[in-house]
This record gives sequence, structure tokens and C-alpha cells, in this order.
Amino acid sequence: MNDVIEVAGLVKSFGRTRALDGLDLGVRSGEVHGFLGPNGSGKSTTIRALLGLIRADGGTARLLGGDPWADATRLHRRLAYVPGDVTLWPNLSGGEVIDLLGSLRGGLDPKRRADLLERFELDPKKKGRAYSKGNRQKVALVAAFASDAELLILDEPTSGLDPLMEESFQECVREEKRAGRTVLLSSHILSEVEALCDRVTIIRKGRTVETGTLAGLRHLTRTSLQADLDSVPEGLGDLPGVHDLVVEGTRVRCEVDSARLEPVLRAFVEHGVLGLTSRPPTLEQLFLRHYEEAR
Amino acid sequence: MSAYAGTGTLLRLWLRRDRIMLPFWLYALTGYVASTALGFRSLYDTPASIHDFASGITSNGAMLAFYGELRAETLGGLVSWRLGSTGGAMVAVMAVFLVIRHTRAEEETGRLELVGSTAIGRRTALTAGLLVGVGAAVTLGVLASIVLIACGLPVAGSLAFAAGWTAVGLVFSAVAAAAAQFTENTRTARGLALAAVGASFALRAVGDAGPGALSWLSPLGWTGELAAYAGERWWVLFLPLAATAALTAAAYGLADRRDLGAGLLPTRLGPATGTVRGVFGLAARLQRGTLLAWTAGFALYGAAIGGIAEGADDLVRDSGGTREILERIGGSGAVTDTFLSAMFGIIGLLVSAYGVQTALRLRGEETDTHLELLLATPARRPSWTLGHLVWTFGGIVVVLAACGLAAGTVRAASTGASSDIARLTGVALAQAPAAWTVAGAAVLLFGLVPRASQAAWGVLAAFGLLGQFGPLLELPQPVMDLSPFTHTPHLPGADAPLVPLVWLALTALVVTVAGIAGFTRRDLMS
Repeated sequence: MNDVIEVAGLVKSFGRTRALDGLDLGVRSGEVHGFLGPNGSGKSTTIRALLGLIRADGGTARLLGGDPWADATRLHRRLAYVPGDVTLWPNLSGGEVIDLLGSLRGGLDPKRRADLLERFELDPKKKGRAYSKGNRQKVALVAAFASDAELLILDEPTSGLDPLMEESFQECVREEKRAGRTVLLSSHILSEVEALCDRVTIIRKGRTVETGTLAGLRHLTRTSLQADLDSVPEGLGDLPGVHDLVVEGTRVRCEVDSARLEPVLRAFVEHGVLGLTSRPPTLEQLFLRHYEEAR
Repeated sequence: MSAYAGTGTLLRLWLRRDRIMLPFWLYALTGYVASTALGFRSLYDTPASIHDFASGITSNGAMLAFYGELRAETLGGLVSWRLGSTGGAMVAVMAVFLVIRHTRAEEETGRLELVGSTAIGRRTALTAGLLVGVGAAVTLGVLASIVLIACGLPVAGSLAFAAGWTAVGLVFSAVAAAAAQFTENTRTARGLALAAVGASFALRAVGDAGPGALSWLSPLGWTGELAAYAGERWWVLFLPLAATAALTAAAYGLADRRDLGAGLLPTRLGPATGTVRGVFGLAARLQRGTLLAWTAGFALYGAAIGGIAEGADDLVRDSGGTREILERIGGSGAVTDTFLSAMFGIIGLLVSAYGVQTALRLRGEETDTHLELLLATPARRPSWTLGHLVWTFGGIVVVLAACGLAAGTVRAASTGASSDIARLTGVALAQAPAAWTVAGAAVLLFGLVPRASQAAWGVLAAFGLLGQFGPLLELPQPVMDLSPFTHTPHLPGADAPLVPLVWLALTALVVTVAGIAGFTRRDLMS
């Protein structure tokens, strides 16, 4: 499978600030790829470089097999973009903006347009300045989903949407995936990422810190264990991968690196297990771990 | 006083945001006063020379219309005549820009919502915005009076003149504050207030050239009626003060009756499906209103010029001596030609403002992040730029043609010579290359140093001031040659040398292409 987006060692500085510091990103054809990182970590800068809006200082970036800067016009025929902060022309109606963007992208499907307006409950007659943030995002989303782009680049597209609209959005992304399109989704909404994404890339301070499938990433984190035992094993806290051990009588609580569960469970069994609860790592824990390191 | 809580804090924020623009306005206008006073002092150093110059003015309806009535044959009288109304109009424009920038513009961008949610009063934002305009007007008055007194002019007259300018600043700060309440759109609000400045200038011009009572209806006319250096009529100052109070009260009244972000004029719904196609279609949609307004305004202005030109000729016919003087200044042509040449020179300057305004729309689209949305589509950067620049460069031609046609038609109606229509249209169009060059400078800034794009206004102001007081200060020719307006032939009257016009047009083309090339190579910066 060809990579739709291949970014390696991307560098971009604004004055003295190094916004991208050797960033890597690979998005495979047909997948929904989550793009995550704390505020100011360089997500939007990466996307703007991929769109040829800014020129990278170093590293390589390939988009749909072309150069994002030199081949911008040719590549843009094949993609649709929804910026994180959608601003519309104050005196153009939402419908006019959708059709304008459609005309620029080479036409859109009127049936799909009508269907999307209904699903997102968007009034296309309002003027740009009358829309709320969420409704402005809907205008850009309708224009993007109604185009027949093979790649969708969505930069925090749902930050202003209500839960019902979030539902419609997820449905639309799934339809795009079924139609074989590729989606790069930058997002802070973890439930959304969990529900939609095949793989994720986590960045901080302009560098990639983690990339892979969600299951694979989970494997890298800790599982919470609580056990009631006949007796507490000696040296439990010294086992590799055991953290935050708390012993209350014969009750043991600890966090264990998911890859090192086996020796701990073996020790439990040897000392008689009366009760055991185990909680898999939540996505929040996964992300918080990476985000907090950014501080 | 909780309705005004936090005014001081907000005012400090506004002044910080204005730390470049405000001093620029104050320096430029104070410098204008100083150079005019010094220039006149060195040119007309004897009562006799002042009298010669004065008799040229008082017999020329056009000069009366443009600058107002000359009320005293003294140095002070000349300065007050030259600066009172035309300079007053600049003060008015300054007040409008400052106040709109801190009221409706803040509101439309949504920044005021953030500020408004803090512990500030309902009237704080409007008050702080007004205070910037009022403060600028008062500061300018103080600076202008110091400069005039330092130039050796009588104290009472200098104070009256400066008070006249301050009064204009106050009135138009209040006009802008009221205009800001009417519409949600910053451009429309600014346009409304600037239209009031224009109307005020037109009323005074017509009044000073003809029925004098009309001048009394114009805030810019009051600067003349104040009679600085000519037996000051201080009581006239009550008129602007009363107008300011009434307009300020109206602005507060309107502000109290509306929601944050809303205007009094309701927003209408638009079409559900669009007919705006491509970057050229979008540029047309965004630019057409501006062009329409400028074309209409300039057609009216042209008609007025065509109308008064005849009056200038009539007045001078009775006085052979004056005719001789004017012909000596203006060259071989008739008195009307000298007048028309001066008027079209000013039109060239004004239409450049249209050029800068529309060219800077490029930067506006970038900072509003609209451009990001567009350039993520297959739209090419040069096409998008051209979509707007067609309106800039073509619009300059359209505006000038409308102005020349109107002037020529009105003129032809009184002379009976239908050739005047083509002649004056041609004269108006001769201003285009200089205006293109200034617009090109704006494109160059946008392409190479986008964050400094607004400096294009400074470039225009510098060229304008150079033309205004360069000759008075007897600046060396190479300095004068920096301004494209120096190279525009004085038409009608002179022969029409095409060479400088072709050079100007080529210069405009080169800087514009360089600007576009720079833009296609740079990052987007919002």
C-alpha cells in the first residue's frame, strides 16, 4: 500500500521558534489517521506545510506522490481541507461559500450537498458573520465531504460541534473510509480518535514521539491491577515494570507496564488469589503521559 | 459609574495598539502645518507679494471651492486658508479611522467579546474608542498651535486655527462612533463615516464658491467661519461642540439599544446556492461594491469640477491683472485649464487611495485566513492575486474615466464644445499611470514584506505631502522626482508628453510583477 503522506525529518522555524523539529508522519492509503499533540506542538504547521501554504526549511514531505510546494495546484485537485479556525466572508452566505469552494475543487455532487446540509442541520442562507464557530465549521465540512477528494485533511474539525453533530461527523468519516478515501484527522477529542482512527501519530514540540495502531500504543502503557491475596509476595515492588505499589493488609494495588504483566500475575497466583480486577489503560492515560512530558 | 468601569485599562490597550499609527498621523499633520507655514513665510515675505497671491485666490472660484475663503491678506490668513479645510478633512479622516478601528472593528473580529466578558461596563468600549479619537484631536491641536506660534504667527489666531482642527476631530470622532452602531460590517461603518467627511467637504466647497450659507452646515466649513488670524469669532466653536455632544449622545443611545456584535441595520439572508465561481468570481464579489461607490463619488466630483471651472473663468474675465498672474503660473492655457489641471492632480492622488485600498484587500484576505481556505484548493496564487488586481488597476481607469466624462459633459454643456468631453476624459485618464505605480507599491509590500503592507498608505501620504509642500519648501528636483505624481504632466494646458506616462506604467508593471513573484515564493502569514 502506498503512503498518501510521507513526511520525514520536517523542519520549520518561525524566527527563533522552531515549530517543526524533525517531524515524521506516514499516512497509508485508505486509513483514517489520527494526528495528536498538545496545543502548539506543530500539528497545524505540519498541515500547512503539507498544503504548500508554507515552505519547510528542511526534511522531506511527499503528498499523494508529489511535492506539496511545487505541485500544489495539481495535488489540491485531489484533496479537501477543513481548517481548525474557519473564517468566512462576512457577506457571503454559507451556501455561496460551499458552492465557491466546490467550484474551485472542480465541482461537487448536488445530491450529496443537500444530504449533508440536512445531516449537519445547516441553514445555507445565513451570511458568514451570522454563523457560530460550529456552524462555520459545518460549512467547511459540507464543502469538503461533498467534494470527491481522495484525501481529506481535517484540522480539529469538530472543536465547535455539539455531540449530535459529532455523531453525524463520525458517520461521514466512516462513509469516506468505506469509499476508500484517506483521512488525516487532527483532533483533541479522544473518543473521536478512538472511534475513527486506524493509526495515530502523537507529536510534541515539533517531533514525532509515537506512531502506530491504537492497540499497539496501548501495549506501551500500564494496566491497573488490584488483587486480594492470601499473602503479599516479597519483593513485588522490585519486579521490573511495577509502579505505584500500594499494600493495604492483603490487598495490593499497582500499575504494571502492559508488556510485563506475566511475572506479576505469576507472583499473585503463587500466593493465592481471592479477587482480581484489572483495568486496561485508557486513551487519556496514554495521551496524558505524552502530553505531560511536553512540560 | 459602573457602565464605564475599566475605561482606563481599555484605553491603555488601544493606545498600545496605536503606538505606530497614532504618532504617524500626529507627526504627518503637524509636519504639514510646519512646512506650510515655513513655505509661505519664505515665498511671500512682503505684503505686496501676499497681496498679489491673494488677489489670484479671491478671484478664482475654484481655489475658493477647494481651499475655502481667504479671510486675511497676512501670512496667518494664507496658512489658515490653505490648511483649515483641506487639512481639516485629513484630521476628520484620522478621527474616523481611529474610532472605527477601536469600536466596530474590535466588535466584528470578536475581540471585544473577550474583553466585554471581563469586569468592564456596557459603555466602556465605546467610551475608550471615542477617547482615542478625542485625545488625538486635542493633542494635534496642542502640537499645531505650538508649531504655528513658533513660526512667529499671532498667538490668538494660532490658537483659533488649532481649535478649529481639534473641533473637526471631535465632531468626526462622534460621527464615527455613531456610524459604528449602525452596521455589523466594519467596512460599511467606516464608509458611512468617510462619506460624511466627503459630504461635509462638498457642502463647504459649494458654499465657499457660491451660496455662503451652505458652509455653515458643514463641520469643515466651521474651520473657516472661525476666522483664525482675521478677527477670531470664538463663538463659532460652540457649533462643533454642540454637534459633538449630540452625536455622542446618539451613539450611546444607539449602543444601549443593541446587542454586542449586532448592528441597527438588520442582516439579510443570502441565497442558499451560490453563483460565485472561482477566484475571479470571488474577487469580483468582494471588490465590486468598493468600485461602485468610488465611481459614483468621482462622477459627482467630476461634475462639480466641470461646473465650477466655468465660474473661475467668469470671475477672472473682469480682472485682467489676475488673469495675467494666473496665466503666468499656469502657463499658456486658459484660467480654467490651470484650475482643471490642479483639480485633476488632486484626483490622481485620491484615486491612488482607491488603488491602495483595493490592493491591500489581498493582505486583508490573508490575515482573515480566507486565503488559507482558498489556496488549499487548486487555485493558483498568481490567479488569485490577479483576480483582485484586475479591480485595482482596471478600477483606477473606470473611476478616472467616470470622473473625466462627468467633468467633460458638464463643461461641454456650458462651453458648447463637445470636444471637451473627450479632452477632459483623456486628462483624467492621464492620472492612471501614477495611481497604478502607487497601487503597485502596495502589491510589492504585500509580496515581499506582508506584515508591513499597511505602509503603502504611508507611501501614498509621503508622495501626497511631497507634492503639497515640496514646491513650497523648494525641495531639490531629485527628491521631487521620487513621487510618481511629479511625472504626471499638468493637463489640460501643457502638451501631452506620452513618454513619462509610459515610463510610469512600466514602473507600475515591474513593481506589481515583482510583488506577485514575491508572494508566490513566500509563506502565508496571517
